[in-house]
Amino acid sequence: MADQNTHQTAAPLLNVHLPSREPAQPGAVVDRAPQAIREFLGKRGSGAGADGVFGGLMLAAALSIIAIVLLIIFVLIQQSKLSLHEFGFKFFLRTAWNPVIGDFGAAPFIYGTVLSSVLALCIAVPLALCVAVFIMEICPKFLRGPVAFLTELLAAIPSVVYGLLGVFVLVPIVRDKLGPFLVKTLGWTGFFGGSNFGEGVLTASIILSIMILPVISSITREVMAAVPISQKEGVLALGATRWEMIRIAVLRNARIGIVGGVILGLGRALGETMAVTMVIGNNPQIAKSLFAPGYTLASVIANEFTEATGDLYLSALIEIGLALFLVTIVVNSIARLLVWAVTRGTPVSSR
Amino acid sequence: MSQPLSQIRPSKTNAWHRWASDHAITAISVLGTIVVLVPLVAVLFYLIYKGASSLNLAFFTHVPKPVGETGGGMANSIVGSAIILTLASAMGIPVGIAGGVYLAEYGAGTWLGAIIRFVADVLNGVPSIVMGIAGYSLIVVHQHHFSALAAGVTLGIMMIPTVTRTTEEMLLTVPHAIREAAYGLGVPRWRTILSISLRTAAPGIITGCMLAFARIAGETAPLLFTAFGSQFWPHSLNEPMAALPLQIFVYALSPYDEWHRLAWAGALVLISMIMISVGLVRYVTSRGQLKGGH
Repeated sequence: MADQNTHQTAAPLLNVHLPSREPAQPGAVVDRAPQAIREFLGKRGSGAGADGVFGGLMLAAALSIIAIVLLIIFVLIQQSKLSLHEFGFKFFLRTAWNPVIGDFGAAPFIYGTVLSSVLALCIAVPLALCVAVFIMEICPKFLRGPVAFLTELLAAIPSVVYGLLGVFVLVPIVRDKLGPFLVKTLGWTGFFGGSNFGEGVLTASIILSIMILPVISSITREVMAAVPISQKEGVLALGATRWEMIRIAVLRNARIGIVGGVILGLGRALGETMAVTMVIGNNPQIAKSLFAPGYTLASVIANEFTEATGDLYLSALIEIGLALFLVTIVVNSIARLLVWAVTRGTPVSSR
Repeated sequence: MSQPLSQIRPSKTNAWHRWASDHAITAISVLGTIVVLVPLVAVLFYLIYKGASSLNLAFFTHVPKPVGETGGGMANSIVGSAIILTLASAMGIPVGIAGGVYLAEYGAGTWLGAIIRFVADVLNGVPSIVMGIAGYSLIVVHQHHFSALAAGVTLGIMMIPTVTRTTEEMLLTVPHAIREAAYGLGVPRWRTILSISLRTAAPGIITGCMLAFARIAGETAPLLFTAFGSQFWPHSLNEPMAALPLQIFVYALSPYDEWHRLAWAGALVLISMIMISVGLVRYVTSRGQLKGGH
């Protein structure tokens, strides 16, 4: 509102004072042909018209973002109409996935997605907190830059390369080393039964945890940096050790933002496609064992979309995409709100 | 640090407990960081080793050979990726920057600005596979065939929110006095934004663009249903086109050793491309900040 007002008052003002502004214009050689320049400037209308056009263009670009999101939602609903009508909301509870007879249900994929994401969070969150605390509070100054850079580097590696490393490095490790070890130590829980081929929910979770770790750790660092230094100094002055200072001053102040970062990581994990598709085994089943191959919402789309025969098959896959879209919107919105609640007072440069 | 504390605290055992927990946490967090970083570095070196030993000149000059024949390369994928990424940048960067200009210069503090900012964040969080479906439904369905054009537009859309948000943040760091100086000289608003605000914030905005570029350069999921991939040299934007990440995906899951070799080489090339662009950005912006510092 305030901006519009200044704009409106500025425009006529410029018109009135046009002649007196002239020497300030780039053409300092006014003496040669003052009249010509005056006419030129008059024709230009002191930029009021151009200002309007420019502002309009910028507004159009900004509005196009909203338009794109609405368009995506519209097109996804339109394309999945067939499946929405056929199965209704039961679609997300049905466990059948049989393209041959046209029987579709998303429950195995939801199970696989939630299980792999939650497991990934269980692995990634403690490590991400360790990394963030280390970088912000413990690390010597000269190491801080390189370590932070390395963790950021994790985020720059493409998903498909993680998948490649997963297939050729992690799968053999889980099959030959980690798997037998887990069976020996934790076999009694029943989560590590069945045959272990290396490709399964556990492998997918490990890959996922590596991929979401930089997200969680960088957000955690951001909110930890937002804690006022006076709080830390106050706690230290009361005689706290470093860990007590971190616990009382830093983590307690930043906890909402950290939760936001964790949820943001969850959003990333839910939608992660390529790496998971390459190592999870791709079998639509609900199994208790973490070694068993699973399937996620994203990877069923990636695997079967181009091979989908029949409209119902395609529309069921698009409905899965729509569900994934809506869930990530909700998850990301919550996360953004939480992070914003903590960092709103600090300057943007702290990012 | 524990020396003066133990004098103040009445109970020595308590002091020991606090000292121990402090050091335990320090150890745990150092250990956690090592657990994260060491395997990562090892794996990256393994990738470089595998990729470098598989790279040769043919990789950059030849198209893929049929199954069973050795040799061949990914030249068509590299060219295809370059075409698709150029297309995406040509669309995503201008729109993204314009959106950021609106948010920072016009929409700051308005409800419309807040909504657009929020929607941009939402769009940023949309899984890439969903963007792939959206690109398929919006373009491929109407064209009736896969095309590089659809891939370019989809990736371009994915660039917009990142570029918009960075542009906005960078413009907000430009001191208001500079703008006022321009207004005082009678420079119109649009010219002020173009020549003063955007130029001052240019290093940061370029960083944002490069990071957005690096992000979409490795995207595979949106290409599955838009570019689709191909074994031949690209001829037109209106046909399926090969792309590096796509080819890595296909080759990694194939049962042939020869293709695995190509996948490792492709991964190394892709990572190097991304690292070089990110590193370049870091170098350029660190210089820019030094210049702007005083």
